[in-house]
Amino acid sequence: MPDGAMPVLDVKGLKTVFRTRGGEVHAVNSVSFHLERGELLGVVGESGSGKSVTMMSLIGLLPSPPAEIREGQVLLGTTDLLKISDADLRDIRGARVGFVFQDPMTSLNPVFNIGFQIMEPLRRHMGLDKPQARARAIELLELVGIPDAANRLNNYPHQFSGGMRQRVMIAIALACDPDVLIADEPTTALDVTIQAQILELVKDLRQKLGMAIIWITHDLGVIAAIADRVMVMYGGQIVEQAPVKDLFANPQHPYTRALLKTIPSISGKREARLQVIEGQPPIISAAPSACSFRARCGHAFQLCQAENPLRRAVGGGAVDQGHDVACHWTPEGKDV
Amino acid sequence: MFDQPVNNLVEVSDLKMYFPIYTGIFRRHTGDVKAVDGVSFNIREGETLGLVGESGCGKSTVGRALLRLYEPTAGSVMISGENIATLDSEALRKKRPTMQMVFQDPQASLNPRMTLADIISEPLIEHTDWPVERRLERVLELMDAVGLNRRFANRFPHEFSGGQRQRIGIARALALNPKFIVCDEPIAALDVSIQAQVVNLLEDLQTRLGLTYLFISHDLSMVRHIADRVAVMYLGRIAELSPRDELFAKPLHPYAEALLSAVNEPDPNRARRERIILQGDVPSPANPPKGCNFCTRCPKAFARCHQEKPELVEVEPGRQVACFLYEDKKPAVSIGRPEAKTEHNQQGETL
Ligand SMILES: Nc1ncnc2c1ncn2[C@@H]1O[C@H](COP(=O)(O)OP(=O)(O)OP(=O)(O)O)[C@@H](O)[C@H]1O
Ligand SMILES: Nc1ncnc2c1ncn2[C@@H]1O[C@H](COP(=O)(O)OP(=O)(O)OP(=O)(O)O)[C@@H](O)[C@H]1O
Ligand SMILES: [Mg+2]
Ligand SMILES: [Mg+2]
Repeated sequence: MPDGAMPVLDVKGLKTVFRTRGGEVHAVNSVSFHLERGELLGVVGESGSGKSVTMMSLIGLLPSPPAEIREGQVLLGTTDLLKISDADLRDIRGARVGFVFQDPMTSLNPVFNIGFQIMEPLRRHMGLDKPQARARAIELLELVGIPDAANRLNNYPHQFSGGMRQRVMIAIALACDPDVLIADEPTTALDVTIQAQILELVKDLRQKLGMAIIWITHDLGVIAAIADRVMVMYGGQIVEQAPVKDLFANPQHPYTRALLKTIPSISGKREARLQVIEGQPPIISAAPSACSFRARCGHAFQLCQAENPLRRAVGGGAVDQGHDVACHWTPEGKDV
Repeated sequence: MFDQPVNNLVEVSDLKMYFPIYTGIFRRHTGDVKAVDGVSFNIREGETLGLVGESGCGKSTVGRALLRLYEPTAGSVMISGENIATLDSEALRKKRPTMQMVFQDPQASLNPRMTLADIISEPLIEHTDWPVERRLERVLELMDAVGLNRRFANRFPHEFSGGQRQRIGIARALALNPKFIVCDEPIAALDVSIQAQVVNLLEDLQTRLGLTYLFISHDLSMVRHIADRVAVMYLGRIAELSPRDELFAKPLHPYAEALLSAVNEPDPNRARRERIILQGDVPSPANPPKGCNFCTRCPKAFARCHQEKPELVEVEPGRQVACFLYEDKKPAVSIGRPEAKTEHNQQGETL
């Protein structure tokens, strides 16, 4: 089969619900997307919109209870990750799917030194012996820009700065050359120069190894710099999906349009006050029957209350291929 | 600037924070990580000082040492005229409500067994004698202020998303109406709209209550928005301290210049400015270079830079730079002293 003919990852109709004391939280609602070899898919969206929960659902990282994956398929190649055993899933995590967590302090173990935590997956999944794993660990830390790496292996996580911990997480996720890297806000603690170095590294890995990457971030500058496609989430759903240039040039969903307006610029005029999207994000306690953005939307009309909009292609074509949006309203060339 | 007196809320002088390194089976003390190595700056009352710089350069350590969450190795930190670095524990406890910190790692700083309402009311219980109702009212008010839905009050930290947890930390820091807040990457985990909401809130509080902030961030466009002046750190030392507009228009220190050139424009359809890619070894704070800390990567370094450490000096009105390129610019005031003793004199500082 030629490259790109079959996605490395294909997610269909994913639904994740939390059962809490206060009732159900429908964190992910019928989310579908795919990822091709060597592709970088950017994911943006409001805080609490379900980005992390979606990605953690894919590879069984949510504790159940309270999480429950109600529906969906997660195809990694031909394997449905929602159907395989915990042991098989553990092997896939770390070896074929690398994951960088949003909060490095919770995913690095405070009682083991950094060296152990990088070498462990190398020995387990790649069958390296101790000196080989050590050499590779040093190489990985250097790749992510940690100075004096050999001497740093004996340090514990609390002895690293916030950004260094994040880079250790990236090194661990990359250790076994995974097919898919899922990076959840991986560069929030990095300064722009080190971030640029990491972004270069990622570009390189895509070219050399064909690694496919999902990159969750709030930083639209990073999205603009590295993403091929972008997915916008709101209220547990994908509300817009498009090639990166189209998204910035021709945003369709009122949430996306508002989001793009809120970024302060590094070069333009300095605003006295920053733009915000008024109103509160929804708490979704049942499968949505209306548009979840309607209460904050300047364009909402009756239909938005009556029906949850489905994703439709913008300017022809199929959903999840070109540009699509889940909205009843159309901007029709109006200015952003 | 000379005729008009400025009130400094915070005066930091030659602050050093070293972490000892122990090696071998006998755990011998063989060196130090010089996380902060002689830093001096002031923060005026009601001002926001931005603190930016490479990951690992010592920003969080400065913030923590300022509030005495670490015991500084040397130097003094005067806040409202009291030396925080030497206060005894009771005096420090009394002082705590006036100075707060928003931590970089939200997860690690929240007790997993406490509900959101308990977490935010904890400082109120510790430092006020308010009745329960009044505390609860304050908690809900703070939740509104940071955009957390009131229905979340009884949830535990793990039930929140990353950005929601970050806001819990901000609400807690604001609970006691402090005068000075160290914000360590307070908005890194937030989406842009909520970032804007939090930054607007911080600015409103500043206008209404005259709060003073040290704002640590990697987000240079946000720093440009919120800060009055900006300090750029590199490997434990301040490379440049300048007013915001001057810095962003024309950074003087070569590191500041490289840093600003690397910012990503949030639009792929717009051209970016020429990026300066830094070459050379990234030194470790356990073993800083002999000369200027930046000399191993500086595109403009010359012989002297490899021999001596440049001091932070004023090279233009209000702009301080630690770089030999600006030597001829007649330093008006000398601030950082490289090998200063433990004596600190505040006189002669006009900033
Ligand atoms: N264990 C849990 N119990 C109940 N609700 C939860 C739990 N974990 C997450 N949620 C909720 O699910 C929703 C989605 O959370 P998620 O972490 O995916 O958001 P996110 O898009 O990653 O946000 P952020 O950008 O802030 O990280 C949030 O409203 C959150 O409060
Ligand atoms: N408790 C500690 N023990 C040993 N070294 C430490 C400790 N805390 C910090 N360091 C070291 O001090 C240096 C500065 O760390 P700091 O956390 O201040 O950096 P930072 O500028 O905040 O970085 P970031 O932007 O990545 O958060 C780093 O090299 C770090 O490894
Ligand atoms: Mg998240
Ligand atoms: Mg830090």
